Amino acid sequence: MSRSPFLRRWRHSATAVIGTSVIGFVLIIALAAPWIARYDPLHQDVGHRLEAATLQHPLGTDGLGRDLLSRLMYGARSTLGLAGLVVALMVPTGLCIGLVSGYYGGLIERALMGITNITMALPQLVLALAFVGLLGPGLLNAALALVLTGWPAYARLARAETATLRRSDYVAAAEMQGIVGPRLLWGHLLPACLPAMQVRLALDLASVILAAAALGFLGLGVKPPTPEWGMMIAEGSKVVFDQWWIAAVPGVAILLVSLAFNLLADGLRDITDPRHA
Amino acid sequence: MNAIPAAASDEHGAPQRGGAVRAVFHGVATAMFTLAGLLVVTFGLSRLSPVDPTLQMLGDHASNSAYAEMRRTLGLDAPWPVQFERYVGRLVHGDWGISSSTGERVGDDLRRVFPATLELATLAMALCTLVGLPLAVLAAWRPRGVLDAGVRIVSLAGNSVPIYWLGLLALYLFYAHWRWLAGPGRLDDAFEYTIDLHTGSVLLDTWRSRIPGAFANALSHLLLPVLLLGAYALGNVTRLTRAALLAESAKEYVTLARAKGASDLRVLLGHVLPNAAGIIVTVLALAYANLLEGAVLIETVFAWPGLGRYLTTALFAADTPAILGGTLAIGLCFVLLNAVTDLVVRLLDPRTR
Repeated sequence: MSRSPFLRRWRHSATAVIGTSVIGFVLIIALAAPWIARYDPLHQDVGHRLEAATLQHPLGTDGLGRDLLSRLMYGARSTLGLAGLVVALMVPTGLCIGLVSGYYGGLIERALMGITNITMALPQLVLALAFVGLLGPGLLNAALALVLTGWPAYARLARAETATLRRSDYVAAAEMQGIVGPRLLWGHLLPACLPAMQVRLALDLASVILAAAALGFLGLGVKPPTPEWGMMIAEGSKVVFDQWWIAAVPGVAILLVSLAFNLLADGLRDITDPRHA
Repeated sequence: MNAIPAAASDEHGAPQRGGAVRAVFHGVATAMFTLAGLLVVTFGLSRLSPVDPTLQMLGDHASNSAYAEMRRTLGLDAPWPVQFERYVGRLVHGDWGISSSTGERVGDDLRRVFPATLELATLAMALCTLVGLPLAVLAAWRPRGVLDAGVRIVSLAGNSVPIYWLGLLALYLFYAHWRWLAGPGRLDDAFEYTIDLHTGSVLLDTWRSRIPGAFANALSHLLLPVLLLGAYALGNVTRLTRAALLAESAKEYVTLARAKGASDLRVLLGHVLPNAAGIIVTVLALAYANLLEGAVLIETVFAWPGLGRYLTTALFAADTPAILGGTLAIGLCFVLLNAVTDLVVRLLDPRTR
């Protein structure tokens, strides 16, 4: 594995290594939350509400006496889960539209790219807010709202790659062997599009995390009492003048994860595009 | 998130000669298409909503015949294209619906709250332009220097920080803890009812009122949200401008200018900067659009009575006409911003003259 040039260059990019480590760390915490969290994130202990950090509660407790550290750990599940769901819906949507318009060209391309450009010029966060506000909060609706305006970047990337590859020799060779249509698209063009997307994906994950947390902050993310970082900031904002750390802690978590994805994107750009190195 | 204006992403290729009129025409056409897309999306959103407008008007106990009658009156039995046409017609005639939480016409509400957002976003934009462009020039002047590294860090942080969270902490520190600056809202309660806000800009109105302390108070309220929004946009403006300057610096005419003995800074300011002007305008427009969206979040934290707060209040109240109206208003700003940017970029390019 370490012979692979990609991994070798990855190890030399400090930003990529730091980004990956932080993401890996948070991912492990999210997966292991039920075993490493000391308290049930929903367990209320009103006798010990709004406490500062103690040995029992390393980050203190919130307004209902729930342990903040445990809520933070479980909150990673909501945040990363939502981000994962967004990616799982957004990338295929954009890829399909981009591949089809890049491969078939002509009128199909003009129509699809027209829609793509229009979608790109719309206010993303505000439309997401309106979408969730009208359809009701929840994990799936929040994800759909972010996908609604997030896919065009992938469509453009995929179209640009496909349009170039369309004239390449190996596609011509595949066509001569009778591989055309969907099989050519999925089997031969799609894999070639993927590398160009990884930087964009890492960058987007940083902003998806932020947008997802913003939805949570406005009460439009996962439904309470499920812990989610943005929502935890909103809960802490009510007591921020007296117990500032309740709002501060989940914000640090959002900042760290978003920063990690941005660092990863930065590193990946250096690795995949030597002109920037 | 990254809303990229169409101007930034359009693949125009080389602009045609003698095409100033054509450029305007193309810009208007693009804007109309985007506007149509926006209207389709807001119309779709209003139809996707699980709240049945007929039941909302009549209550749950309506008889079937009354329900059918009301549906006809509201025009909901018509086919979708007809409904869409009527929807657009109503919007054009200024009928944006009645907000169920304020009880007023959404159009009037929006006219009332919009200046507050405009003032906030414009001041933040001015700040970020005045700081960001010189920083970008300095970073491009000595790439890989200390300043360049600093710019990179600031832009990374700006792209990673939840801005409403930063606002909350700033409010705690500067308002509650140190008491240096004024807190939420546009003015202290003492001034709130004595100042006549008729231009909509709190700075202008307090200045004209000549009430002692009012202007300083307005400034003190504005400072935190403007600084935060400005800093939020600063990173991207600086990074993208720097990248544009460096890309332009790699061209041959720059090498020629250097070979003729022009200094680095002179080449940068005299040759590279004017030629990158189109991209810089696009970068600034992109930042302004992002600021408008950032203002939505900042306003909820600072209780700023603008479009963003109007929108979030409407979201909590499930006030469909107000949600759609606010969304449409911000969407219109985006369309307008794109069209103006597109035009300016084309006019800046001497090849289209």
